[in-house]
Amino acid sequence: MTDTPETQPFDKAQGESFEPVIIGFTCNWCSYRAADMAGTARMKYAPNVRLIRLMCSGRLDPTFVLKAFAGGADAVLISGCHPGDCHYINQNYKMLRRFHLLKRVLQQMGIEPERLKLLWASAAEGAIFAEEINKFVEQVRPLGPLNWKPGNGAHVEAPVHEEVPA
Amino acid sequence: MSKPKFAMYWAASCGGCEIAVLNIHEKILDVDANFEVVFWPVAMDAKYKDVEAMEDGAILLTLFNGGIRNDENEHMAKLLRKKSQILVAFGSCACEGCIPGLANFSPIQQVVDTAFGTISTDNPNNVRPQTSYEMPEGAIHIPTLLPVLKTLDQVVDVDYYMPGCPPESHQIAAVIDLVIQVLQGKAQLPPKGSVIGAGGSTVCDECPRKRNVKTIKEFGRIQLTEADPELCLLEQGIPCNGPATRSGCGAKCPSAGAQCIGCYGPAEGVVDYGARLIAAFGSVIDADKPEDIERILDGLVDPAGQFYRFNLAGSLLRAAKPAWKSGD
Repeated sequence: MTDTPETQPFDKAQGESFEPVIIGFTCNWCSYRAADMAGTARMKYAPNVRLIRLMCSGRLDPTFVLKAFAGGADAVLISGCHPGDCHYINQNYKMLRRFHLLKRVLQQMGIEPERLKLLWASAAEGAIFAEEINKFVEQVRPLGPLNWKPGNGAHVEAPVHEEVPA
Repeated sequence: MSKPKFAMYWAASCGGCEIAVLNIHEKILDVDANFEVVFWPVAMDAKYKDVEAMEDGAILLTLFNGGIRNDENEHMAKLLRKKSQILVAFGSCACEGCIPGLANFSPIQQVVDTAFGTISTDNPNNVRPQTSYEMPEGAIHIPTLLPVLKTLDQVVDVDYYMPGCPPESHQIAAVIDLVIQVLQGKAQLPPKGSVIGAGGSTVCDECPRKRNVKTIKEFGRIQLTEADPELCLLEQGIPCNGPATRSGCGAKCPSAGAQCIGCYGPAEGVVDYGARLIAAFGSVIDADKPEDIERILDGLVDPAGQFYRFNLAGSLLRAAKPAWKSGD
């Protein structure tokens, strides 16, 4: 994750070729199924997003987002069930409140609000999911790499790779 | 037999930690009885070259307070690391940056301009300090500022962390007791990397106020609110950092009617202090529509300052982008 912006330094002249790295958090019940549907229906969308499945968007600790940015992500996508549709009754509302607060804090840290996106997607909305990711990539591309490196370079330790049975 | 050696040093700090150490009253005599104090700039005369002349590992225990703001701090951190067997990040500044770390919100040029060029500064010729200057006797130097303030463990290996701004004196006394017992072979040191002189829980756990799991329609400011003395401050809309803050102070501030500002740093298991507070504050907001949420959040005037007052340099992001960019 940290390698991409480091090994491909942003060149204004080559701005068009900059491929943002986006970490996407999806919930198990709606948005991950939407991504799944986009996949099984063979819809094409930008390959920039790396999805991480949580059980619920309410499980999204704001720490995850900060760690993604600190570790080299150019943008973060948070997605969950539509308001009112949460598998866990109302946890997506909790995430919504945190999202608004997080966005304010990120802005104070100098991270453009356009680098954080919230997307509601039901399990049937594979097409919307694909389209929104395309839009998000185009929204982030002109901002250039974030390449977070206060002090002496990236400081988030590389995760220990662990085999997870499917 | 010569006594084990003790040192205390201050980098970017206010001096409150030293006062907290002296504030252990007669226990300070135990320090003197059990240790030979070899270096403690605020309390005794010693030169850097005295430390440089020591053998590596000659000092048993060094309490290092203050953040790493300039190259002198960095040099002393590395020097004391080399000369000390046990290096303790003492106080909030060394552990997590503390108030001096708030400079990490701004570019370093702006920090200097604020210090030397604002209306409260008497500086008619708009003088800025130069890091070196030619005098008839030769060149003289002052330390160079780093673009962002670092915590001690971002510069050197740290054995123990003792949080607090400053650490509570009874906690310091307990730690000194422990070290003396270790010297006498009556106790063992905690595992390396431990947080010492603090609790393992949150300030909320020690707070006498009652929680009712209530949500709020607006945030207030403590100086403008008549808060109920019995009830949880956060549930009354007063931004209180208790939910993310390590216990150890005895919930002094909330007990006295003031909100916790988080000087004991992140509680056990909290990776990013501010993120934990974003989660906690988000949970008390009573609104479902984005515009209502935004309206309630307008009551929090400076969320990043609220959440990272003591912890910015030690947070995952460490510094705002304009600050670390200023070093490029």
